[in-house]
Amino acid sequence: MADPVVPTPDPADRMPPSRLAAYGAVLASRIRSQRSYRANFYTDLGASFLIGFIELAEVWILFHNVHALGGLTFRNILLVFGIADLSFSIAQMFFGHVDRMPTFLRAGTLDVFYLRPQPVLLQVITSEIGLRRLTRALVGLGSLVIGLSLNEIRWTVGNIALLAVTLVSAFLVHSAMLVWAGGVQFFLVSGAEMTNAFVYGGRYAATQVASVWSTPLKVLFGFIFPMAVTAYVPALRLLGLPGPMWLPTWLAWWTPAFAVWMWAFALWSWRQGIRHYQGGGG
Amino acid sequence: MSARLLPYWRLLVAGVHEQSTYRLAMLGGLVANATFGFLKVAMLFATVRAAGGELRGYDIGSMSAYVWVSQGLLGSVNVAGTSDFADRIKTGDVAVDFSRPISPQGAVVAREVGKAVAALGPRGLPSIAIGALVVGMSMPTTPWPYLLGVVSLVIGVVLSAALVYALATAGFWLIETRGIQVLYMVISGFFTGLFVPISLFPGWLSAIATATPFPSMMMYPIDVLTGRVSLTRSLVLLGIQAAWLVATLVVGALLTRAGRRTLEVQGG
Repeated sequence: MADPVVPTPDPADRMPPSRLAAYGAVLASRIRSQRSYRANFYTDLGASFLIGFIELAEVWILFHNVHALGGLTFRNILLVFGIADLSFSIAQMFFGHVDRMPTFLRAGTLDVFYLRPQPVLLQVITSEIGLRRLTRALVGLGSLVIGLSLNEIRWTVGNIALLAVTLVSAFLVHSAMLVWAGGVQFFLVSGAEMTNAFVYGGRYAATQVASVWSTPLKVLFGFIFPMAVTAYVPALRLLGLPGPMWLPTWLAWWTPAFAVWMWAFALWSWRQGIRHYQGGGG
Repeated sequence: MSARLLPYWRLLVAGVHEQSTYRLAMLGGLVANATFGFLKVAMLFATVRAAGGELRGYDIGSMSAYVWVSQGLLGSVNVAGTSDFADRIKTGDVAVDFSRPISPQGAVVAREVGKAVAALGPRGLPSIAIGALVVGMSMPTTPWPYLLGVVSLVIGVVLSAALVYALATAGFWLIETRGIQVLYMVISGFFTGLFVPISLFPGWLSAIATATPFPSMMMYPIDVLTGRVSLTRSLVLLGIQAAWLVATLVVGALLTRAGRRTLEVQGG
């Protein structure tokens, strides 16, 4: 937020002018600024790793008490957790700050974006990059790799394609969640915690065994905010296990469609927010 | 009330008013708490059922009580580690706090406790109501757990404010404290038993957790209030909480004094 702006020559001066150069220049400056408070940057990286690690530990503790939960063992859940947390952390790295809309709204910094001849959403997205989330993505990646090696998965072309499609779609769904939340926050401002229920609650839901959910939870996090289909259902498909009621495993191939749905929902929400905004005053 | 304590009492009341102003924020927090509550219910109930209906002293009813009381306390116990005071150190505004004739520590803690008390009504009670009405939970039928529970809860809330204050004083040396704030958030949430009760931890991990002040913020108040522990054990837990509170306040005061000497405010 109040990171120092390090004055350096503008890379745009040296680059042939391109439409994307401005976005690149901003991102490069954000990367430099994050690394300028060194001690804080390294603590950030450590803390971010620990977040992922402890979330995994919380899942492990439950499985330490019982052998299987909702039909899955700890080995199986590593796969679900890996897909969910890897895609969520990468989405957070690129889109996480969109969720900080209330801060931009209160400080009036959003108004600056309206003055430039570029789409506001694109400017907000490229205004920051959360480098510290890299270490958290590593926890997700580690869990995924261990999950893939500990479970017996038949490496057919279909399964490899399914894993690739799932990872990309899950990243898109989580990114869309953050944009959706940003749009809603134009209306809520001080009530921004409400969107946490779905963005961070969604992350928590995505790492869970969805078969233990009540029907309302299945509707909410299975379809409206499609969390179960981003990790749990594809993992069942890879493991060759049957799906619970409401969540058959053929849905695994539909994750791109859910990503399209979530982005449509997100862009609609963002548009409503942008139209509602009257400026920060001053 | 003595004239020396009056300003802190006024700040506490101001905290209550401050928090009560943000009604929408309260509603937002409640929606988040309830959603997480239902997800916790799903996983923890499934764990208790998979263990045969009883797991380390928890059955479905007492697990439900744990989930909804812990969700209800989230508005009052600061597990995020964020504070305005950290920002005031960073911006240099803290120089103004030092020029006042009251202790900055006392002022910050009093105001935060006021905010926490104000959140108990709109965030704590509805969360417990959801648990009792929608999910069903077992609560004690004798008065003692409630009486001791309130005391335990108050100590937990003050302790959480005192800990976050002590954390913010790191800013006197580091300036940017976001990194350690996030670190605090992760560790305090885990060891206070926010997502999984500490009794479910394996022995070695539970030993580490109970060696920290974090269970005193939330886990112990829940254990006392829901009657999960005996009367004697409740009194022991209250003693542990009180010891941590005194230690945290002393450390916070020492750090404030040392920080005041290193403080360098730029500009003018």
